[in-house]
Amino acid sequence: MIAVIDCGGANLRSVSYALENLNIDYQICKKKEQVINSSAMIIPGVGAAKNVMNNLKKQNFINTIKEYKKPVLGICVGMQIFYEFSEEEDQKCLGLIPGKIKRFNKNNLTIPHMGWNEVIFNDDSFDECNGYYYFANSYYAEINKFTFGKCSYGNTFSAFVRKDNFFGVQFHPEKSSKKGSKFLMQFLKQL
Amino acid sequence: MLTKRIIPCLDVKNGNVVKGVQFKNHRIVGDPIKLAAKYSEENADELVFYDIYSSVESKSVSLSWISDIAQNINIPFCVAGGIKSIKKAKEVLYMGADKVSINTPAIENPELITELAKTFGSQCVVIGIDSFFNQKNYVVHAKTGSTKSRYEVGKNTLDWVKEVQDRGAGEIVLNCMNRDGVKEGYDIDQLSMIREVCKVPLIASGGAGEKEHFKKVFKISNVDGALAASVFHDNKISIEELKNYLKKQKIGVRK
Repeated sequence: MIAVIDCGGANLRSVSYALENLNIDYQICKKKEQVINSSAMIIPGVGAAKNVMNNLKKQNFINTIKEYKKPVLGICVGMQIFYEFSEEEDQKCLGLIPGKIKRFNKNNLTIPHMGWNEVIFNDDSFDECNGYYYFANSYYAEINKFTFGKCSYGNTFSAFVRKDNFFGVQFHPEKSSKKGSKFLMQFLKQL
Repeated sequence: MLTKRIIPCLDVKNGNVVKGVQFKNHRIVGDPIKLAAKYSEENADELVFYDIYSSVESKSVSLSWISDIAQNINIPFCVAGGIKSIKKAKEVLYMGADKVSINTPAIENPELITELAKTFGSQCVVIGIDSFFNQKNYVVHAKTGSTKSRYEVGKNTLDWVKEVQDRGAGEIVLNCMNRDGVKEGYDIDQLSMIREVCKVPLIASGGAGEKEHFKKVFKISNVDGALAASVFHDNKISIEELKNYLKKQKIGVRK
């Protein structure tokens, strides 16, 4: 069973439907007790980092996530909270991956970065996932040694990160058509 | 590179997809879920569902069809029509819509834009603007779903664009009313003028009839996406054919 964490993100439904369409057994979890028997965790995130962090705190999920040993997938803001700090409302995050989340700030860029952009993976398990994915973000993670998929908008940024059992994507696989399904299947193969 | 978006718009009235000419004489063109699945399969980048009836009759959209859409397609979609409160927007988003589009309610209560952006993030908040050229100025109209209800708001389109983005709108769909349904091309002059001040994604709406119209609006007005209805519903242009054409014109599209 995949534990899908209800952290107040509006894309909870879309993530659930994506898993249903792939015939994956999942449970929406509002309490930490519910994740005990799970084989992986998904943190769908839409909105602001502060919102997601506050919801996780309220539900006592912080340590559960930090101590979880099976694969975790963070989506969009769900990925951004893996880092140390987000410039969005100056929010301290989980600190599972070094680095911080910055705002796109080139003058000629329209913000949010919204639509389909190309991701190039640099990870043996995800090599076949190269292609276009749907993004909707105003903030991004800088490239560092945990970046295994890159995307470009004004500057190059982390579209896919992994460190130990933590996987994060800035794009929305649940909204990225066939490519997105392929990526989710590839993630589930890590179990 | 961020690609240009092709966005079929499905006007929904009483559960059917309809299309009118310059907002009048609606005729039924199909079933929303079937059309959505078809466009998704053809590589449409996004879909917009606009509930005409809700907007005009002051009723709000019934929600079950939204989750039906979300279950059946896995590309982003936006719901418009009759969304007047945070509560309603929350319901629509939690049913599986990715964005809500607000038009008349934003005009009647601009504070709603600020509140929506604060609550859900700018990326969920699209502002639809119906702009009419009265042979002198581009001005905003409201309640455009029927000729009876339609009225001029007393706002200049350019000023309204600035205000909505200052309030936190994450995207603007500019519907150029003089061009709607007449298939003579997007309003390049107006869209180029708005592009100058618009710092959020700008979507062109109204006037698509030929593939060349899409090329022009991307190349000249530099919009982020182009919305169209009848050219797709009538199978006049297929999305695949359109994207192949745009690619040849060196416009970045997702294939």
